[in-house]
Amino acid sequence: MTGYLRPATLADAVAAHAAHPDWMVLAGGTDLMVNANHRSAPPGIVDLCGCAELRGIVRDADTIRIAAGTTWLDIIGHEWVVAQVPILAAAAGEIGALQIQARGTIGGNIVTSSPVGDSLPVLLALDATLELASPRGRRDVPYRSFTTGYRTTVLAADELIAAITIPVPAAGTRLAWRKVGTRAAQSISKVMAAAAIHVEHGLISWARFGLGAVAERPIRAAAAEAAATGRPPDADTGRAVAVALADEIRPITDVRSAADYRLEVAQSLLMRFVINAGKLP
Amino acid sequence: MQTSSGGSVGRSIARVDGVAKVTGAARYLDDLDLSGVQHGITVRSTIAHGTFDGLDLDPAFDWTQVTVVTADTIGWGQGFAAGGFGANYIAMLDTDQPALVPSGGRIKHVDEPLALIAAPTRALALSARAHARPRQTALPAVLTVDDALRADIKLYQDDNVFKRFLIRKGHSDDDELEIAMAGAARIIEGRYETGAQEQMYIEPQAMAAWPEPGVMRIAGSMQCPYYVHKAMKVVLGCDADQVAVTQTVTGGGFGGKEEYPSMLAAHCVMLAAAIGGPVKMVYDRDEDIAATTKRHPARVHHRLGLRSDGSIAAIDVDVIMDGGAYLTLSPVVLSRGVLHAAGPYRCDVVRVRGRAVATNHPPHGAFRGFGAPQTTFAYERQIDKAARARGEAPWVYRDRHALRAGDTTATGQLLAASVGTDEIIAVIRDAAGPAPARDGTNRHGAPVKRGRGYAFYFHGAGFTGSGEQRLAGRATVLTRAGGRFEVLASSADMGQGSITIFTQIAADALGVPPTHVRVPDPATDAVPDSGPTVASRTCMVVGGLVERAARTLRARIEAWAAAAGVPGDLVAQAAAMIKAGTEAGAAGAAAQAAAEIDPHHGAIAETVQYEPPPGIHWDDTTYTGQAYPCYGWAGCLVDVEVDLDTREVALTRCVHAVDVGKAINPVIVQGQIEGGTVQALGWALLENIVYKDGKVANANMTNCIVPTFADVPDLETIIVECPYPFGPSGAKGVGEIPMDGPAAAVANALEDALGVGFDRLPVLPEDIARALRGGGS
Ligand SMILES: Cc1cc2nc3c(=O)[nH]c(=O)nc-3n(C[C@H](O)[C@H](O)[C@H](O)COP(=O)(O)OP(=O)(O)OC[C@H]3O[C@@H](n4cnc5c(N)ncnc54)[C@H](O)[C@@H]3O)c2cc1C
Repeated sequence: MTGYLRPATLADAVAAHAAHPDWMVLAGGTDLMVNANHRSAPPGIVDLCGCAELRGIVRDADTIRIAAGTTWLDIIGHEWVVAQVPILAAAAGEIGALQIQARGTIGGNIVTSSPVGDSLPVLLALDATLELASPRGRRDVPYRSFTTGYRTTVLAADELIAAITIPVPAAGTRLAWRKVGTRAAQSISKVMAAAAIHVEHGLISWARFGLGAVAERPIRAAAAEAAATGRPPDADTGRAVAVALADEIRPITDVRSAADYRLEVAQSLLMRFVINAGKLP
Repeated sequence: MQTSSGGSVGRSIARVDGVAKVTGAARYLDDLDLSGVQHGITVRSTIAHGTFDGLDLDPAFDWTQVTVVTADTIGWGQGFAAGGFGANYIAMLDTDQPALVPSGGRIKHVDEPLALIAAPTRALALSARAHARPRQTALPAVLTVDDALRADIKLYQDDNVFKRFLIRKGHSDDDELEIAMAGAARIIEGRYETGAQEQMYIEPQAMAAWPEPGVMRIAGSMQCPYYVHKAMKVVLGCDADQVAVTQTVTGGGFGGKEEYPSMLAAHCVMLAAAIGGPVKMVYDRDEDIAATTKRHPARVHHRLGLRSDGSIAAIDVDVIMDGGAYLTLSPVVLSRGVLHAAGPYRCDVVRVRGRAVATNHPPHGAFRGFGAPQTTFAYERQIDKAARARGEAPWVYRDRHALRAGDTTATGQLLAASVGTDEIIAVIRDAAGPAPARDGTNRHGAPVKRGRGYAFYFHGAGFTGSGEQRLAGRATVLTRAGGRFEVLASSADMGQGSITIFTQIAADALGVPPTHVRVPDPATDAVPDSGPTVASRTCMVVGGLVERAARTLRARIEAWAAAAGVPGDLVAQAAAMIKAGTEAGAAGAAAQAAAEIDPHHGAIAETVQYEPPPGIHWDDTTYTGQAYPCYGWAGCLVDVEVDLDTREVALTRCVHAVDVGKAINPVIVQGQIEGGTVQALGWALLENIVYKDGKVANANMTNCIVPTFADVPDLETIIVECPYPFGPSGAKGVGEIPMDGPAAAVANALEDALGVGFDRLPVLPEDIARALRGGGS
C-alpha cells in the first residue's frame, strides 16, 4: 500500500517530508504523473495540495512573494504579477495549456529543474530568491545559485520550497520574454529567453539575461550581459550581445531541435530584446 | 436521385453517436466489461535487423500467474478445430509478415513482436515483461531507400522492391519520352521528399479476443472488420464461421487502423487460446507510436516539360516509397501515389514510374490520402515553379492548364462528368482577396515576411481500377419492429460520421425520419461484407449500396401494402403493418401478404451488391483506363507569416474548397475538410518522425508533434457540389482529399514569402534557418 499524507500547514509538510524522505512530494503532479507508467510506485506520497500556506501571492513595498504551491493560473491572473513582472505571467500563460496551468505549480517547475522549465529563465532575469524550509529552519537561496547541473539543485533531501520572492523591478527596467517551442501551445521549448534591461540616460546600466534549453540547466548569459552594459539599447549593441553569446553557450542537437538553430535563435531573441528596450517609452 | 424537401440528405442532422460520445456513454474497447479478462502485452525486438535467438525467462521471477506465448509454443498447421492454429503470417497482400517472429527467425525492424505475455493485471504483465529477455543477434540494417535499392542486404526478394508501376501516356518507350521532353521550351525539374507521419488517433490500438465453443470472438478498435476476419481465418486455420469480429466504438483511425488491427487481433487470439479465456491488449501511446504503421516516407523526382506558351508538353515522375520491413499495403499505397502523380493537368505525354522498397523501418502503411499527398506535394510544387518561372500568377496558370470534362488523365481516363475544376478555380479566386503585405513586424517586434501559396488537386474516390468490382461489396437494409429499419454494412464509423450519413441516406430512400433508422456496430457474423472503411469509398460506394437496398426494400413494402390494401403510401405505416401482421399474427389480407413476403415471420431484408457504373474499363497490366469511378477536386489558399527572429511560420489564413459531389451532411463534411486540412498543415510544418537506427526516437506525445488549435488559423471551408451521377444523391469521396494539397500550398507560400524554395516536408524552423543562411533547404 502506498502511504499518503496531506499536511495542512507548512510545518506539518516539512515534518512529514523529513519523516518520510523516500516518499514522493506531490504538488500539481504535472511533472510527476508523466512518468508514472514508467517507474515503480513510491512507498508513499506527501501531498502539498492541502497546505494553504503554500498557495497565494503577497507583496510588500519592494517584493512580490509567491508561495511555492501557487498554480500558473493563479499567477497568470494576478494583478501585481501582471503589472510588475508581466514576463512571469506571460511565461505562465505559455506553460502547457489550461489544464496544466490549472494544476501545475511554480514550485514544481523549480524543483523539477528541467533545462526547458519555462519559468526558470524568467526567475533568473528577475533575480528571484527561493525560501527553503526544513526541520533545521529556513534559508534563502538566490535562484541564480540554486541549480547545479542537469536537473540537480542545492535543495537538500529534507527541504521544501516555501516561496519565491521577486524584487519589484526598479523604474527604467524593461522586461522581455519569449518562448520558442515545437508548436504554438502545449510545447516544450527549443529556446527561451528572458531579460531585464535597465536603461538610464539612454544607456543600459545593467542587464540580466536568462536562457533556457541552451545548456544542461537554465543559465544567465554573463558575457552577453557585459556586452550590453554601458551601451545604448540599439541594433549595434544587440549585435555585440549576439556575438558575446555565441562564445558562452553551446546548445545541443536533440529530437526537438538543432544546435545551430538554438544558438541563432537565442542570439536573435537577445538582440531583439535590446532593440525593443530602446523603443519602449 | 431523390431529395424530397422533407428529407434529411443535405441537412446537418446531429450525429447519431454524438450524445453517447459527449456524455461518455460510448464504450470503447478498454471500457468493455469482459469478466476475467487478462491483460496482454508484447515483447518486442530492439534491433532493426538480425535474428531472434529465443526468449529467456528470468527463473527468479514468479511466472505462475503469467502466460507466455511465442511462435514456438503455438501448434501451427493443426487448425482451429483441432485446438491448434493455422499459419504464422498476417494475411494482407503477401505472406511475408509473421504474427510473431519464431526463434531462429529473422527480425526485420525495431519493435517487432517476438513474444506475448498475459496476466490478470496489467501491472503484473508489465513486470513479467521486464523479466523476459529476448536474445537477438544484430545484422547490418537497411535504413535508407538508397541502401534498399543497392540491395547489398536483401530484405525482400533479390532487389528489395515490393512493387513497381509504370504508366505511359502518349509514348511507347523511354526514348520517345525523352524526345518529347527535349522538345519542351523549358524543363522544370525538382526532387521532393516527404516524411513519415503518425496518425495520432485519440484512442490507441485496442483489441480483445475470447474463445466460445466453436468460435473465436474478437472485438476492437478498427476500420475494417472483414480484413481482421480474413487474417484471423489464416492465423487460426479456421472456417469463416469459426471467427467473428466486431468493431467497437473507435476513437479515430485515419488509416492507422486499416492493417495493424489484424496484428493485434492475432496476438489476442494466441493469448486467448492459450488461456482459454478473454484477453485484451490496449497499447499505450508510446508503444503505438513506436510500433504501428505511419505514412510512407517518399521521394519524388519530377520533370515538367513546358511549351513556350506555358502548356505542358511532357511529364515524367519517378516515385520511391519506403515501405518498411514488410509488404503490408505498400503496393496499393504506391498505386494511388503514382495514379495521382501527374496531377490534374492537361498533358499528352506522361510517364510515371513508382517503386515501393523494403527497409528495416517498422512497416509504413495506410494514412489518409494513401500515397496521393506525397505525389501531390511534388506536382503542386512543380506547377508553382512553372508559373513562377513564367512570371504568371499561380492560380491563373493552374486555371489555364487544369483538367476539365472532356480531357484525359495520365491513364487515358476520359473525364466525362463531375469535374469540379471550374467551380473550385472560381470560388478560390473569389475568396482570395488581397495578398498580405510582404514585410511587417509581429507582436514580438520581430520582422516578418509574408506570402501566399496555392494548390490545386484531385483525388480518386473509391478503390482503384476494378477494385470495387472484385470486392463486390454488399449492404443490407431490413425492417425492424415498430416501423423501424436497420442498415447492415461493415463500414466502421471511427468518428468520421459514416453511421449518421448512412442513417440519412437510408431514411430518405425509405421515406421515414432518420430516427427510424439504426446502424448497428458492424460484426462479421451479423453484417455483409461491404468492404473496408478506406479509400474515400464509404459514402460514395457503400452509401450507394445503402441507398439502393433501401429503395428496393421500400418498393417491396409498397407493393405489398398496395396489394394488402393498406391506405396511404407511407412506408412507416406499411412497416408498422408488417409488424402487426407478423408479430401479432393478425388475421386477414395483411397477414397473408406479410407472410408471403416474409415467410419466416421475421424481418424483411434487402441486400444489394456493388454494380459498376456502365462503361468502366481498367487494365491492370498496362495501368490504363478508368483509374477511379470519379474524382474529388480541391483548391487551397494559404497565407503564411515567417518570423525572421525565430524562423517560425504562422499560418494566418487557409481557405480550402473541396468538390464532394453532394454534402449529405454539411457539418460532417466540413469536419472532414477541417480535420484533413489540419493534418496536412501539421505534416507540412510540424510533424517530424525521427528515426534513429531504425527506431522512432520521438515515440511520445511530448516530442511527436501534431498541431493544436493554436497552430492553425480559422479555416475557411467551401463545399462545392458537382454531383457524381452514380453516388448517393450525387455524393463522392471527401475523407482523403483535404489531406492532399495544403502542404504544397504552405511550401508555395513560403517560397512566395522568402524567395527560397522548400522541397522537403516537414519544413521546420530549423530548415528555414538553414536555407536563409544559404545552406539550401
Ligand atoms: C502536458 C504537459 C505540458 C507541460 N508543459 C510545460 C511547459 O510548457 N513548460 C514547462 O515549463 N513545463 C511544462 N510541463 C511540466 C509541468 O507542468 C511544470 O513543470 C509544472 O510547473 C510542475 O508543477 P507541479 O506542481 O505539477 O509539479 P509536480 O509534478 O507535483 O512536482 C514536480 C517536482 O517538484 C517537487 N515539488 C513540488 N513542489 C515542491 C515543493 N514545494 N518543495 C519541494 N519539492 C516540490 C516534486 O516532488 C517533484 O519532484 C508540462 C507538463 C505536462 C504534463
